[in-house]
Amino acid sequence: MTRVHDRGGWPGAGPVDKSEHELSWWEKRTDAMMVLLQSPDKRVIRVDEMRRAIESMDPAAYEKCKYYERWLTALETLMIEKGILTREEIDRKVKELDGRR
Amino acid sequence: MTPRFKPGDAVRVRAGSPPGHFRTPGYIQGKTGQVARLHGAYKNPETLAYGGDGLPKQCLYLVRFDQAAVWTRYGGAPRDSLLIDIFEHWLEPA
Amino acid sequence: MHDDHGHPHHDERQPTYYEKRTDAIQTLLIEKGLFTADEVRRAVEEMDARSPARGAQVVARAWLDPAFKARLLANAKDAIAELAIDVGERATIVAVENTERIHHVVVCTLCSCYPRGLLGYPPDWYKSLNYRSRVVSDPREILREFGLKLAPTVEVRVLDSTADMRYLVIPQRPAGTERLGQEELAGLVTRDSMIGVAQARTPATR
Repeated sequence: MTRVHDRGGWPGAGPVDKSEHELSWWEKRTDAMMVLLQSPDKRVIRVDEMRRAIESMDPAAYEKCKYYERWLTALETLMIEKGILTREEIDRKVKELDGRR
Repeated sequence: MTPRFKPGDAVRVRAGSPPGHFRTPGYIQGKTGQVARLHGAYKNPETLAYGGDGLPKQCLYLVRFDQAAVWTRYGGAPRDSLLIDIFEHWLEPA
Repeated sequence: MHDDHGHPHHDERQPTYYEKRTDAIQTLLIEKGLFTADEVRRAVEEMDARSPARGAQVVARAWLDPAFKARLLANAKDAIAELAIDVGERATIVAVENTERIHHVVVCTLCSCYPRGLLGYPPDWYKSLNYRSRVVSDPREILREFGLKLAPTVEVRVLDSTADMRYLVIPQRPAGTERLGQEELAGLVTRDSMIGVAQARTPATR
């Protein structure tokens, strides 16, 4: 069974794009949130759980998403799985913050 | 925790695709290499990934493979090698 | 103009899906007490403060001091701590040495494990599907794409970081650097040479 994240020797891989981008604020925040939640004094998430959540993404989504888009998806998955947030809560907060802009 | 292997031992990587999370890439499964280092005992990521405590700790090894033994048409040089960190329960004596 | 989330608003542009989602999740997690806005800001600052310059200091010291290099190869965490560099508690840094005969190059084929504590954020290409796919099966071709050609007598050694270890490559010390001190040597050590897709700079090309 081919697992989408298990990329070593993946057939048809192309040239490496060496361009780099400065992380946007949301990418840095997502990174920071993941690091904080994994920190020894909080231990809300283990890095292994984060990897597992990313690996369990729909394969097409995994390949299409950019790096931090996968992280944010995994963060949302884990927060809901652990009963810390609900999808509805997040959707509501998105609308609420939208209304404030 | 007594390590089963020591540096220099010939080992083969088990093949398998258990449900859930594991860190042994498909491309190295079934391949034979040599233990280069014993890193020590570490918690098992396969159970940590689902909120488990990762115990008992498993011995973790750095295993060295000849590239020519890993890829059927390796296009590099004869001495080239590949080293991967692999847990003891994924290894058997070769 | 900044709002109380501390990021600039570009009035002309609609926030993207991910920006909105990040904002919402961060706001909620702060409301629920998982962390504070201050902690988030500090975590961002901590990562911003990490750059390959830290790794370069370690390499330069290893070049200058063979006893330090031996300690670094045996126990990188303790050796790096001697230089008052805090790499964070999470993963175990392991240093490997490039020589005339062995050239290491590092990848994480399964995700993107990287010695962030020493080098900062990994470059996009290191995390890319194509790098992860090809550097294990065709490392010399990847190195050529990065402008590095090695003789067939050199052992190209790919390290796939599948567990808690984060590998730091000590590149070869370039020729003609015998008179240089710590800072000048550190200036030759690039991020890419500590990943293994490049050699360190020579004084001539600086």
